[in-house]
Amino acid sequence: MLCDKCRKNEASVHLTQIVEGKTLKADLCKACAGESGVQDATGFSLADLLLGLGAADEIKTEGAGARCPTCGLTQTDFKRTGRLGCATCWETFAVGLATLLKAMHRGDHHIGKVPRRAAHTLVISEKLQQLSAELEKAVHAEKYEDAAVLRDQIRELEVKLRGGGDAQGVA
Amino acid sequence: MRPVKLEQLLKSTSEWAQTEGPQNRIVLSSRVRLARNLRQYAFPGWAKKAERQRALETMRPVIEDLPEMAECFSELMDSIAVIDKQMLVERHLISREHAVKNVGSGVVINATGAISVMINEEDHLRMQAIQAGLQTKDVFKVIDRVDTELEERLEYAFSPRLGYLTACPTNVGTGMRASAMVHLPGIVLSEQINQIIQAVNKLGLAVRGLYGEGTEALGNVFQVSNQTTLGERESDIIERLNKVVLQIIEHEESARLTILEKKPKLIYDQIGRAYGILTNAHTVTSKEALNLLSLLRLGVDLELLPATIRAVVDELFIMAQPAHVQKFAARKLSAEERDILRADLIRGRLAGMPKPKIGVGPPPRDSQIE
Ligand SMILES: [Zn+2]
Ligand SMILES: [Zn+2]
Repeated sequence: MLCDKCRKNEASVHLTQIVEGKTLKADLCKACAGESGVQDATGFSLADLLLGLGAADEIKTEGAGARCPTCGLTQTDFKRTGRLGCATCWETFAVGLATLLKAMHRGDHHIGKVPRRAAHTLVISEKLQQLSAELEKAVHAEKYEDAAVLRDQIRELEVKLRGGGDAQGVA
Repeated sequence: MRPVKLEQLLKSTSEWAQTEGPQNRIVLSSRVRLARNLRQYAFPGWAKKAERQRALETMRPVIEDLPEMAECFSELMDSIAVIDKQMLVERHLISREHAVKNVGSGVVINATGAISVMINEEDHLRMQAIQAGLQTKDVFKVIDRVDTELEERLEYAFSPRLGYLTACPTNVGTGMRASAMVHLPGIVLSEQINQIIQAVNKLGLAVRGLYGEGTEALGNVFQVSNQTTLGERESDIIERLNKVVLQIIEHEESARLTILEKKPKLIYDQIGRAYGILTNAHTVTSKEALNLLSLLRLGVDLELLPATIRAVVDELFIMAQPAHVQKFAARKLSAEERDILRADLIRGRLAGMPKPKIGVGPPPRDSQIE
């Protein structure tokens, strides 16, 4: 069996950790195990270790050559560092990351704190989506007066979304 | 803000090491750290130098402006001497990772050291609050408020589905790591530490050494922290950590009692030797010093040494670390010189400390020892 980390040497250290009922496994060679500090009995996180190893394989499902349009990070870069490059990377590599997150965390979505600004933005974006759908319908039905009103409302919200206007206005 | 010099910040040993806190016998300190990033800049590890610099310039004044930072130490990492960075690590005010950062990174720490914000560590912002004893809930409140104030003026990278977006997938969601630093000589002496670590791991918490991931458990001090950050509320994570820490405390107390009952000589021997070496040695490494100081602390807890010694021991626990000894000498020392100076320092502080009051059998519970 080859070492999960370097994929060169024969694996001689076999690690298993059960984290909340999930079994995590890694097979490492002596050198890589030492390097990862896993022979130190003071505790280590296999999840952290696996992140560096399995991450790249997961990411491959995005198709080779996936590259973040905002920061230019590629799957190879991620494989090397185990770190993402920017906020957009989370969308670019979403599919692969979802698998990784599932193995790593307690749940697959956030239920904790939400920044007030994001909560505000969220409400506006949802409202915008709804109005756009209504607008499309109105245009389709040739209700041009309704459409004009909707367009005004949309424009107003877009200004708010860009940070202008009264921040308290949308509830 | 009123600037605080590094010397002032470091003059007294940190607040958390000196203040009495709940469960202070076993829990040295509680800490909560939040990871945050800005939406418009690449994460620090991937950003080009100029972009990292712009992000730093966006964040630093906002942090300095916080009411919590009315008096603070604020500096660029390239302006802090290596030895001082190391001291900040030894005080748990910055991470080991941050200590090697230079141009494009910074740190802002309030005057008491209770709140510190690292700029451009692995994430744009790593903010932490720390207090003595088991106070994870209070500590969370403190850092939560800082975070809420910062989000008013900084646009965070946040996704409704995944929460706070971080450079490393292990931190996404709450971006929170809550931890308690626990002193477990009883569990270590009774050789139960590996079992405890495994049991704690199974509950989804990590046990690490004195300086976090991949570090040694010097001085029988361990950090217990949450492993996961996604799919759970902050308050639930903290509740879970608290419960586990309370259980660890129980284990530690019962391990101490068991050794006292079954193998009193083992514990007397360990504490007696620690006393003998620290009050007589003329050269001591930091590793040995921390391990022996841990035993003196245990001696205080078991009322074999006067309670007044605790503060001295806790202070020495920090002072005995390499950068602190070096700084004390005010010049560059070789490792040998450092070990000699460390021994001098410890002997000096412990001078006049009475011998451990050790009887033939276990000490009576309502002992007359003050
Ligand atoms: Zn290997
Ligand atoms: Zn990116």
